Amino acid sequence: MRAPHSDLPLALDEVSLRAGETGILDRISLTIRPGAPTLIVGPNGAGKSSLLRVCMGLLAPTAGGVSWGGRRDARPLRRAFVFQRPVMLRRSVAANVAYALAQAGCPRRLRALRVEELLDSVSLSGLAARPARSLSGGEQQKLALARALARDPELLFLDEPTANLDPAATRGVEEIVRAAAGAGIKIVMASHDLGQVRRLAGEVLFMVRGCLREQSEADAFLDRPSTPEAAAFLRGDIVL
Amino acid sequence: MPEGLDAWQLIVSGDATLFAIVRLSLAVSLSAVLIATIIGLPLGAALALTRFPGRTGLIVILNGFMGLPPVVVGLAVYLLLSRSGPLGFLGILFTPLAMVVAQALLVLPIIAALARQTIEDLWREYRDELAAMDVGAAGRVATLLWDSRISLLTVLLAGFGRAAAEVGTVMIVGGNIDGFTRTMTTAIALETSKGDLPLAMGLGIVLIALILLINAGVWGLRVWSERRVGA
Repeated sequence: MRAPHSDLPLALDEVSLRAGETGILDRISLTIRPGAPTLIVGPNGAGKSSLLRVCMGLLAPTAGGVSWGGRRDARPLRRAFVFQRPVMLRRSVAANVAYALAQAGCPRRLRALRVEELLDSVSLSGLAARPARSLSGGEQQKLALARALARDPELLFLDEPTANLDPAATRGVEEIVRAAAGAGIKIVMASHDLGQVRRLAGEVLFMVRGCLREQSEADAFLDRPSTPEAAAFLRGDIVL
Repeated sequence: MPEGLDAWQLIVSGDATLFAIVRLSLAVSLSAVLIATIIGLPLGAALALTRFPGRTGLIVILNGFMGLPPVVVGLAVYLLLSRSGPLGFLGILFTPLAMVVAQALLVLPIIAALARQTIEDLWREYRDELAAMDVGAAGRVATLLWDSRISLLTVLLAGFGRAAAEVGTVMIVGGNIDGFTRTMTTAIALETSKGDLPLAMGLGIVLIALILLINAGVWGLRVWSERRVGA
């Protein structure tokens, strides 16, 4: 079931987020358009996760506005989110995907086939009947991706999906992300792994302490950062 | 111990009095648990998923009511149903129906309070994922109830254990009438004071056996289900 409207471009206008006295996001304005993956980079605590949640609509900003395709109250019909530590439903692997399909409005008669296709696309076909909670970290992350793709998203947000994974599992997840991007899904992904930025990013958002410091093409960001913080971050210095 | 032997004989020979009492006890306690479940699960889920002023106070009261003394519940229901009470016109005092009502009241806080805790714990875990999948209020409740079904079964079991083992409420509102409102627990109390120890012991054995059997069944279901869905 495709929603009639598009959620792109996604626009943030002077978005701030506060929790009590603590500022988490500080007057962020940006526009995300269709195209190659956008990676949000920056040190821990820069506000990457919060920015993703605001972009998804999971968190309402304290000030400023978010709009999806020009609409401010858009339900996340064509947006999906993969959390850093995804929670598996207490069901089988296949049932987790079937649940996401049902929520996305996929007709019952098509579900079994779609479950098979989606599990195949994340290389989990052999584990369909296993309890989802018995999977390894990498497998759980792939299942979370299958669940997210079940929503047939136009925009897919990923919050450091490979932060806790070994290199083999990281490669598996990146391949799925690259395939999704190739299929026309706009990827917006937080990462603090510069290698990953090199491998995946078309565009980079660089954040420090709740502020957006740079929004630029990935190559330009990596070769010629325009702020001293970004240059320090790229050198591997500790940026606070 | 001759009484012990006689008790076994009563059970093995399928003594009619003994089994009539067992049947009535089971019917009353299971009906009470069923009613308390129908009211208690949605109540627990609603408390787990909503925020309103006074919620914490309500949860504390509900948790406290898990330990309601059965005789006090019996007394309250007795006053409600007695001829001069507000519900006296129903004429159900000293009937099995009154016992069901009283036991349901006794079990309701247990089921509602434990269900609230179980569902709220799972909700904390699921909240972000369900929000990201745009699951509506009804879908959330259904998902949480379904995914915590095994834990909730244990909650119902706790309720049944309480209902089947208590003697205070059924004694007061049922009246322990022979062949009509006499349950296992009231019969044991009566027969013991009369000195008919074989019947009392026979009923005691059956009561414990039933509770063990039901617990074992739920345990088996739990193990089987964990293997299947990793709950």
